[in-house]
Amino acid sequence: MSEIENKAENGSTESAGECTAGEAKDDKGLGLGVIFFIVAFVACFLSGTLLFPKLLYSKKEQPFNFDHELHAGEAGDCETCHSVREDGSFTGIPKLATCLDCHTEEPLGETEDEAVFTEEYVSKEKEVPWHVYSRQPDSVFFSHVAHTQAAGMDCVSCHGHIGESTSSRPYEENRITGYSRDIWGKNIFGIKKHSWDRMKMDDCAVCHKKETGHQGYCFQCHK
Amino acid sequence: MKVDRRSFLGLGLGAAAGIAVSPIGMKLTDDSSIWTQNWPWTPVPVDGEVSYENSVCSLCPGSCGISIKKIGGRPVKIEGLAEYPINDGGACLHGIAGLQYLYDPARVKTPLKKNGDKFEEISWDDAIAFVADKLGDIRKSGAPEKLACIIDKDQGSVSGLFKRLLKTFGSSNFYTMPSLESYLELTAATLHGEGETISFDLENASFVLSFGAGIIEGWGSPVNCFKANASRKQRHAKLYQIEPRLSNTAANADRWIPVKPGTEADLALGICAVILKNKLFDSTATANFKGGLNKFGALLQKDYTSSKTAEITGVKASDIEKIAILFAKAKMPVAVFGKGRGDGAQSLKELVAVHTLNCLVGNINKKGGAFVQQKTNYLEFPDESMDSIADKGFGKTKLGPYVNQLIEKVNASSEPAVEALFVYNANPCHSLHDSKNAKQAIGKIPFVVSFSSFLDETAMEADIILPSHTFIERLEDVPSGAGLSKTVVGLTKPIVKPLFNTKNPGDAILLIAKALEGSIAKSFEWESYEECLEGVTSSIWDSLSEEGFAIISEGVPSGSAKVNISFLAKNPLTVQAQGDFALTLIPIDNMRLISAGVAASPFAIKTVSDKVLMGRDIVVEINPLTAKGLKDGGTATLTTPIGSARVKVNFNEGTMPGVIGMVEGLGHTFDNKYVSNKGINVNDLIGPVIESGSGLDAAFGIKAKISKA
Repeated sequence: MSEIENKAENGSTESAGECTAGEAKDDKGLGLGVIFFIVAFVACFLSGTLLFPKLLYSKKEQPFNFDHELHAGEAGDCETCHSVREDGSFTGIPKLATCLDCHTEEPLGETEDEAVFTEEYVSKEKEVPWHVYSRQPDSVFFSHVAHTQAAGMDCVSCHGHIGESTSSRPYEENRITGYSRDIWGKNIFGIKKHSWDRMKMDDCAVCHKKETGHQGYCFQCHK
Repeated sequence: MKVDRRSFLGLGLGAAAGIAVSPIGMKLTDDSSIWTQNWPWTPVPVDGEVSYENSVCSLCPGSCGISIKKIGGRPVKIEGLAEYPINDGGACLHGIAGLQYLYDPARVKTPLKKNGDKFEEISWDDAIAFVADKLGDIRKSGAPEKLACIIDKDQGSVSGLFKRLLKTFGSSNFYTMPSLESYLELTAATLHGEGETISFDLENASFVLSFGAGIIEGWGSPVNCFKANASRKQRHAKLYQIEPRLSNTAANADRWIPVKPGTEADLALGICAVILKNKLFDSTATANFKGGLNKFGALLQKDYTSSKTAEITGVKASDIEKIAILFAKAKMPVAVFGKGRGDGAQSLKELVAVHTLNCLVGNINKKGGAFVQQKTNYLEFPDESMDSIADKGFGKTKLGPYVNQLIEKVNASSEPAVEALFVYNANPCHSLHDSKNAKQAIGKIPFVVSFSSFLDETAMEADIILPSHTFIERLEDVPSGAGLSKTVVGLTKPIVKPLFNTKNPGDAILLIAKALEGSIAKSFEWESYEECLEGVTSSIWDSLSEEGFAIISEGVPSGSAKVNISFLAKNPLTVQAQGDFALTLIPIDNMRLISAGVAASPFAIKTVSDKVLMGRDIVVEINPLTAKGLKDGGTATLTTPIGSARVKVNFNEGTMPGVIGMVEGLGHTFDNKYVSNKGINVNDLIGPVIESGSGLDAAFGIKAKISKA
């Protein structure tokens, strides 16, 4: 055994002895340390899970409530309002002109929302500044027609049952990115149960991998 | 229990562990990466509704239909217009980059007047009054013929308005820059008679014998030619390309026939000789020949035997005979002329010699052949009102037949040969041979009015600039030409409101005419150019305004054409290159650049290969056999009788020995950092050589030497 190894062995024995003596003396302190650890852990974990989303997202109300169920029932399908143009581009949220295909300056119903719509927007010829739950960042190219017509997907696969909603839920805007909470998904851990729970790039890739055998190339969406 | 430092350690560790397993970390990482994409200074295109508008591109004589994609009313993309009779959805790189001209840094944003060496902004009213005042003085001096005009073409209503203003002013000094259309008309006038023009049915020809025509390098109507060439393989048609270098067209052809520069006319005559000698001509067609066919035949048998032609041109005698037989026996042969893009210097002898091949084999006005028909005239201008000054001035002879003679006269004369000059859609200070000489002449003219949209080399020499809208912002009729087998008039429409304080050049001319008063104003009684356009195109206006185009002629023209062979029977001289050096510098037309009119866009310049432009250095092509003492990729000094330049060298076995190739369209010097100060202008190194008999600048190149720098 070399001199250095001897010293190391001796040193180790000495420090082990000190440590044992310390534990015997401060075992209550260690117990308190464990409690503090657990308390801090739980507090921070819960804050990160419950409080953090509340701080991260600001809630915004839509200009007025929109009853999708009623409109879908009246119009018959989604395409009446959310159509694909001749060139394949998607009209997205309809412009006021599309609403005016059915609506007039005279309210069609007696609800307060209808009154807001006609007074604030129809008579003033102002576009309704809807908050778009599904708006993707500008760096993303997405073709609706390729998914709905070429691949035969239905709207629900990505947008969920929004067509059956009777009122507009609050729009939650990410204070850092400016995008909707729907992109990351309601679950802050990013866990999803349904295909429409999240709209992140990985969700596109998972579905592409499953349906086409390949997750796709960068330039297909990031032109 | 005692709270000690270990308790705090536990607290800290617990907090860290709690945060680590909570979603905060991954969520903030993701969000911060998205946040970095949304910094306020990151340019983000404005979102909006997508719409499309149709128009016609007028960047080149191709006149393609275009579809402009707009988002929220802002044009964002140009695409080829499907089912348009010329390009059917196709587009070239200059067309798709056309929007860059809207935002060009060199755009003239408001009328400018030169004060000393600098331009000062001036209002339209003051500018028009100033021009009218100056022109009024010239008229009062009794020499209205001293007003001249240089314009890109003698077609369309805007050109018609310039011509009309000159005529009613009292001047016949109206000049166009060289163009394929002007060469087609001149060739037709020489062989068939005044008022005729020629076109080629490339879409149906079974054998195309091209004398240097860059069929996929911007010749004629480029997109139409691309399509005709693309369908060649399916149609089992052949293309033989005759030129001194392996151009893209030559590389794409069934056969490349290298020929000594400037001897294409001799080769065409040598082929004619074989056809006549072997009686391969169409006797029905030659029965219509006048002007001395026998004399012509005798000349050919004497001076253009296959062996003599082989000696002159460098093409083997057996090849000359083989080509002649193939051409004459082909079902639908067509010989095509107009070297490169067809808008550079050309020799009338060459143009006529090549077209004589078409006449000899009898393919005139037959499917897949050459079409000879009357020039299109769909414009119906009312008669001008001419006063005595106008009559007298207009009756005087032009200073010369072509723009080169105008430049020569201005430079040679001690008194101003031209007192005032209008320049529109032309950049003679860059596009003409010996451009420095052209610049000197323009600088010498006391009053130059430019209608340019850009402060280009010629506009810089102007005394006043009345800026025009770009083709995205203006209304104009755009007739096709340039050898296209059908005649289509398209309508360029304003797609956006003018970005700057510019005008349609037609409106600017109307304002000048009105300010000149008297009979001139009387000849321009339209309220606006729009009203004028509708009036002068009344026969096709419905179709133009509703469809966006009107087809004037389509299909094989009826009737045969008379042929007068007297020009060639007189045995005109073949033009020789200027100078005594051993090598010959020739200009190269490259599809990615523009050599006439506007400069190529920043996008187009970016696509140029580093075998053409390396950094800021122009690259010349030279055969390794000729490049003794030079290094591939090295720097050299290229000298010609009129100038010298530092160039990079590219060894290229596709260039004939003894030849140096340099691209056209570079070397701009105006204020556009994306386009200017890249390479040099080949026209600074090549001087004009006037062909005796035609008066054309026929310099196919110039003698040169090259040595290691």
